[in-house]
Amino acid sequence: MLADVRVQSKTAASVASAEPQVGPAAPIKGRSLWRDAGARFVRNKAALVSVIVLFAVVLFTFVGPFFSAWSIEKIDWSIIGMVAQKGGPSIATGHFFGADEVGRDLFSRVIQGTQISLAVGILGSAIAVVVGTLYGAVAGYFGGRLDSAMMRFVDIIYSIPFLFVLILLLIMFGRSFVVLFMGIGLISWLGMARVVRGQTLTLKNREFVEAAIATGVKPLAVVFRHVVPNLLGIVVVYATLLIPEIILLESFISFLGLGIQEPNTSLGALISEGAQTMQYGELWQIGFPLGFFVVILFSFFFAGDGLRDALDPKDR
Amino acid sequence: MIVFILKRLAIAIPTLLVLIVMSFILMKIAPGSPFTGEKNLPRDVLANIYARYGLDKPWWQQLAEYVWNIVAHFDFGPSFKYKDRSVNDIIAQGFPVTLTYGFWAFIVAGVVGIGLGVVAAVKQNSWVDYLAVGITIGAQVVPNFVLAPILVLIFTLWLHWLPGGGWNDGRWNYVVMPVIALSATYLANIARIARSSMLEVLNSNFIRTARAKGLPGYQVILKHALKPALLPVVSYLGPVFVGMITGSVVVDLYFSTGGIGQWFVNSALNRDYSTILGVTILLGALTIAGNLVVDVLYAWIDPKIRY
Repeated sequence: MLADVRVQSKTAASVASAEPQVGPAAPIKGRSLWRDAGARFVRNKAALVSVIVLFAVVLFTFVGPFFSAWSIEKIDWSIIGMVAQKGGPSIATGHFFGADEVGRDLFSRVIQGTQISLAVGILGSAIAVVVGTLYGAVAGYFGGRLDSAMMRFVDIIYSIPFLFVLILLLIMFGRSFVVLFMGIGLISWLGMARVVRGQTLTLKNREFVEAAIATGVKPLAVVFRHVVPNLLGIVVVYATLLIPEIILLESFISFLGLGIQEPNTSLGALISEGAQTMQYGELWQIGFPLGFFVVILFSFFFAGDGLRDALDPKDR
Repeated sequence: MIVFILKRLAIAIPTLLVLIVMSFILMKIAPGSPFTGEKNLPRDVLANIYARYGLDKPWWQQLAEYVWNIVAHFDFGPSFKYKDRSVNDIIAQGFPVTLTYGFWAFIVAGVVGIGLGVVAAVKQNSWVDYLAVGITIGAQVVPNFVLAPILVLIFTLWLHWLPGGGWNDGRWNYVVMPVIALSATYLANIARIARSSMLEVLNSNFIRTARAKGLPGYQVILKHALKPALLPVVSYLGPVFVGMITGSVVVDLYFSTGGIGQWFVNSALNRDYSTILGVTILLGALTIAGNLVVDVLYAWIDPKIRY
């Protein structure tokens, strides 16, 4: 958990601290890796815009409810049965994004779905960061038989078609948040473990690790205090790119009707509902969730790409 | 080469066994049983049902028999839900449908994707190139479960060209949209990979030599550049295969083709454990086998790989 908190605080700090540097009157300071990366990231327009869009979406999901006239589960009886004619997006009725097939306000539902999709993505990615980093760092650092055993295990798990196992889990243990998170966490750390292990292999022969060993630091402490902090760059990049993948995965499962259950909803579940009612001409029911979905995925992909360019000096 | 295949098999077979055992154990430790439903059955009736499905034996014996029946007889046992048919019947009914459009989707993704990518690279910065790049970016954020409704909206509801679902024994107009929905993402990714590797190859020395000795442009592309440029595409075929197996669940469900994916989701919603288990294992085995074939194919094509 510690590593995870550090990842988040450090990225937040690096993004925030990079901004004053753009101004002409910035005082001269030492240039750390994170400061450099922050400056590079800010120069990348697509990535910067993506981050701003993401902040706007998150802000919208928290501020939006104060403006909505309808709650998530309140049913508008006046339009029921005539949703196609009367349920469209309008300011007069208070349904800014229209209403869904059973008369619930889509504005509130989209906000709720966006929040849940984002939460699933970020939490799933956080699980992957913690488990994958520790697993990969330990396997890579200690090497030898432990390494081959641990990575062979990852190989075997990796080649199991996990989507089906996840669906099995969801059916057999109930379609709850906990099972969904555990299932997604179970899958998502594998790739992270591989990436981290590879990076650890190149790090462990560096002088600073040797120096730490020579001064008598215990092996596990070397891993956590000296190797893991130096992995954070690649971990942050990978975690950012993992978030949209997990959102996609969750939406896929929700689309099949096996994911988030009513009264909760996610963007995938909303898209699924919209896809069924689209034939009555209620296009707003698929349009709004789909719009949010596409914007969020685009932003995460671009932000992840920008982070990679900023933090991985090899590719420039 | 044979050593390499054996090594890969040495991973693939345990993986399959792990999948079977894990799915089976999941089914065993899940709370409740498929027969504890709305009605509380008398104890004797329940005991009879358990005996009928072999659920009264110790769990390890059930597991051993289950694995043995699959490996030796390709028998996935009876369905818990439909009394008159076995899991084998369900697979025999649904699998050919999925296989048909899956095959076409694979072909379309490969042929059109490679073609688009190669043309885009050869005519860099032309409209074909921009089209290819545009499709690639679009496909990143439009997964198959988003594309399928959009296709139905355009071609069924607005243009009335194609039927919005069903199978009708695989008549061409019923197959078109499942194929597009399933292949689009992979077509775009293949085009992107083919384009970037083709660009790299076209800038290499041996292509310059081929041009310098006066070969016509199309011969340079077809005889010299194409083969090395396709290597990265071949290595991507594994993920394509796996992704299409997963994607077929969405396509089956959305287009109501009656394919194996529709059975999978329906049995999942009905808690028909034996069918879910059978389909999971079948699709899992396909995934593992597909990965194996692609790996071997790649090692065979690329002389640089030595194991």
